[in-house]
Amino acid sequence: MTTQAMTAGRAPMPGMKVYNLKLGMWIFLLSEVMFFTGLIGSYVILRFAHPDHFAEPGVVLNVPLTAFNTFLLICSSVTMVKAYAAIEQDDQQGLKNWLLATIVIGAGFVGVQVYEYIALAAEGFVPMADAYHAVGRHMPHDGPVVGGQLYGSTFYTMTGFHGAHVSIGVLCLCFTYWRAAKGAYSADNLGGVEIMGLYWHFVDLVWIILFTIVYLI
Amino acid sequence: MNWSWMLPPSFSTVSGDIDGIYYVILWITGITFFITEGLLFYFIFKYRHKEGRKAAYDHGSTKMEIAWTMIPLVIVLWIGVVSKGVWDTVKVDVPPAGLEVIVSGKQFEWNVTYPGPDGALGTSDDFETLNELHAPEDEAVVITLRSEDVLHSFFLPEMRIKQDAVPGQDITVWFEAVQPGDYTIGCAELCGIGHTTMGGKLIVYTAADFQAWSSSQAQQQQP
Amino acid sequence: MSTIEQEMVHAAEGGHHDHHELPFIRKYIFSTDHKMIAKQFMFVSLFFLVIGGLLATMMRWQLGYPGEPMPGGMILPDAMMAPTPDGAIMLPEFYNSLVTMHGTIMIFFAIMPLLVGLFGNLLIPLQIGAEDMAFPRLNMISFWLAVPAGILMLASFWVEGGAAGAGWTSYAPLSASGEWTGVYLGQQLWLASLTILGFSSLVGAVNYITTVINMRAPGMTWFRMPLATWALFITAILILLAIPVLAGALIMLLFDQTLGTGFFRPEVGGEPLLWQHLFWFFGHPEVYILILPAMGIASEVLSNRARKPIFGYHSMVLAIIGIGFLGWIVWGHHMFMSGMNPLLGTSFMISTMAIAVPSAIKTFNWLATIWKGDIHLDSPMLYALAFVSMFIIGGLSGIFMASTPVDIYIHDTYFIVAHIHYVLFGGSLFAIFAGITFWFPKMFGRLMNETLNKVHFGITIVLYNLVFWPMHNLGLQGMMRRIYDFTQYEYLAPLQPMNRFISISVFLLVAAQAVYAINFFWSIFRGEKAGNNPWNSNTLEWTVPSPPPHGNFPEMPVVYRGPYEYSAPESEEDFLPQTKPPSKKPPVQDPIPQPVTPTPEGF
Repeated sequence: MTTQAMTAGRAPMPGMKVYNLKLGMWIFLLSEVMFFTGLIGSYVILRFAHPDHFAEPGVVLNVPLTAFNTFLLICSSVTMVKAYAAIEQDDQQGLKNWLLATIVIGAGFVGVQVYEYIALAAEGFVPMADAYHAVGRHMPHDGPVVGGQLYGSTFYTMTGFHGAHVSIGVLCLCFTYWRAAKGAYSADNLGGVEIMGLYWHFVDLVWIILFTIVYLI
Repeated sequence: MNWSWMLPPSFSTVSGDIDGIYYVILWITGITFFITEGLLFYFIFKYRHKEGRKAAYDHGSTKMEIAWTMIPLVIVLWIGVVSKGVWDTVKVDVPPAGLEVIVSGKQFEWNVTYPGPDGALGTSDDFETLNELHAPEDEAVVITLRSEDVLHSFFLPEMRIKQDAVPGQDITVWFEAVQPGDYTIGCAELCGIGHTTMGGKLIVYTAADFQAWSSSQAQQQQP
Repeated sequence: MSTIEQEMVHAAEGGHHDHHELPFIRKYIFSTDHKMIAKQFMFVSLFFLVIGGLLATMMRWQLGYPGEPMPGGMILPDAMMAPTPDGAIMLPEFYNSLVTMHGTIMIFFAIMPLLVGLFGNLLIPLQIGAEDMAFPRLNMISFWLAVPAGILMLASFWVEGGAAGAGWTSYAPLSASGEWTGVYLGQQLWLASLTILGFSSLVGAVNYITTVINMRAPGMTWFRMPLATWALFITAILILLAIPVLAGALIMLLFDQTLGTGFFRPEVGGEPLLWQHLFWFFGHPEVYILILPAMGIASEVLSNRARKPIFGYHSMVLAIIGIGFLGWIVWGHHMFMSGMNPLLGTSFMISTMAIAVPSAIKTFNWLATIWKGDIHLDSPMLYALAFVSMFIIGGLSGIFMASTPVDIYIHDTYFIVAHIHYVLFGGSLFAIFAGITFWFPKMFGRLMNETLNKVHFGITIVLYNLVFWPMHNLGLQGMMRRIYDFTQYEYLAPLQPMNRFISISVFLLVAAQAVYAINFFWSIFRGEKAGNNPWNSNTLEWTVPSPPPHGNFPEMPVVYRGPYEYSAPESEEDFLPQTKPPSKKPPVQDPIPQPVTPTPEGF
């Protein structure tokens, strides 16, 4: 279907050439930028105001595990790109395979994050914890007491909402896969896959920023 | 019922400046008000529908747009610049203290701590009053404002002083009263069920009277 | 393919939908037609407007007759009103809830959904020549998210501890823990309700923005769009970018209340001022969300009823954009006394002073629009003129509080309350009255009764000013806001008569709204039938029947000119619709170059 048809025959603004679904997704993602900016911005402000509440990332958080998780999520973006490329070529089987791969890897990311949360909670690092022992990988279990309430509050809120976005993304990917299995997409009708890809890449991008700010700095 | 737009009397060294800015703005907005509302009503009357008369076909005038962009812009920026001076005087340039006190708001009272005879806060001869601030005239009273629980706002209407009290922060606020008398302390930030009961008294003395009061207080509250 | 994609194919194939009659539920309850959704928003919002008014009435009872038993108070639970032998006396906790919920309901459940939910939905597709919104099902979801949000908000009155009581601004730490207010579940319901409403607004905004960018009819260039659509478009952008920040803040506050996190609680290291920054970063764009559509509506009505082009259309558009843009950098003017760095106070003062200018530009352009006009003083025009008049007052009063030293005195006093209500009631609500009256025939195929509207207008404009003008004076005398019993302050006791005067005026004002309500409902069924274009207007919605059919335009409209060609010399009548093809002979006086063939591209 041509762009012309998808906008009901009304020519969009010169240079826009973007159909409704795609424009709508970009606009929605703009709002998501503001949402995460609010959360991450608050974290930055609180961290500068009360550095004693926080700790160097490796002291509490499992950076190597999360780095691996980051790698997983990036891989899932690659598989998503491959899925889109497949349907551009009308390759139905390729679309389904690469979508499935994205789902599996995406679910894996969430699974690792859940495991990470459980491990941290077991060490006493929870959102309302007012002080906890250093629980990083190489810290002894009766190591020094670090941090304050703000660390858990901000950590879980930021990563939790990101994880929720990934989870919703995985569910949407399942829906997309189900549609693909019914033959809903083709080289002429791939809007649904494209906007799924846009969302997924955005979620990946947010994670890269989040990972850098929370786990590396 | 008081329909006047005049401010009630004020009694601090800065209140004259603050009231002055208010009156400047009142003049400017008042004149603007009469002109714009006047034109509005005049046009409604003069250009109301009459058989046989057609409206003018006029899309605008760039000259007018520039004029009524630049003129208001200059006026409001000028008001801003003039305001800044007074703002800095009140909030930025804290004078050397004649009297230092701590005012701590909590649900639903003001606790004021005075330095006592040794003149220093945080020592054993400090004494306190509840819901009252006693101060000498003609001396800068520098307050360390605190809150023990939620946001309150320390409001001295006759001194034209207001500052939110934030738990977890020490905020400096100062005033210098120019006349002895009984004045008002109010809370100007919703702080809970008893917000309405957080009134207090600001009592300004002559220097000698304040000395007398302060000494007798210190004696009474000796541990 | 997806249903949305199917709809697009349908539209591409000629824009005709199968006209099978939809079942009642699909037509009236779960409708995807923007016109029906607009009406849904309208009915629900008018209901909340009444609720908000009743809450204010109760507040004003306490302020007018402090500590006296309230008529009818005995039916309210003991948690709100203390029963005595003489009747029920309002408790301070209930007063604080009234203050909070009046503001919350009026802003979020009345004014915003009326301006954005009603007029955004009704006008955008019709005025740009589209058959519906870009995402009709998302539109339906937007309405059906707002409903449970409203239910939660109302339900909070009946839970233990009562409804939220920390002000509509919900400052922390007061709002962060029930130990400070006595309100636990109520505060959480408040947060949950607004979060859900935020989603409703957000998906609405995505819809509006996509629709305006992508679905304009051929010839409907950006600078031929009516100002109502422009205003709603910029408003949608503000919603898109501001609501997520509020959502983040609401969630963090909810976590503070329920999970023991410490974002805003100083006892565990949190920052109360962080709440204020987040809230007002949203909150200031929010107030422009509440006025911009009203300005757009006023422009439509003023130009049409004065039979004269809008003066300075391009400037008006730039002013809307300017207000939308500057609105992001003034939020600190709500925080001058908060304890933030005074240097920030100065910078926010400068940006706040600057934002007065685009509003002034618009006001001067409205005056110039009616100047030398042919002014028909029927009820939509009366409401629109009142909008301008009251907005002037509200806008000018804003300059006082923009000045940081003056704000030291008037912050958190009734001077601020006066300003708020002059712009929100005098401004937005009068524009809403104008808009509902003006577009009533388009929605229902019938006109409202003119006489009743004029009566309503006359009573309302007078009583409204009797209520809110004296609040300037109260504020100048030092009366603070959100105060259950100001007579506890000796210096405020003399203000009792003025407070009683205001309260009585409020009772009468609220009662007088019945005139509009009666007219509204009566006219839906018995109003004089309206044709396509009862106001002889130029914009596209008036080229189709009243009410328009499903799909709006039987044929794709083509637009030849701007929307304000009233009293144009080349037209025999005093209006010239946007879609009327240009005549063959060259016009005598043609200041605007008219394209001979419609070209969709370009500005």
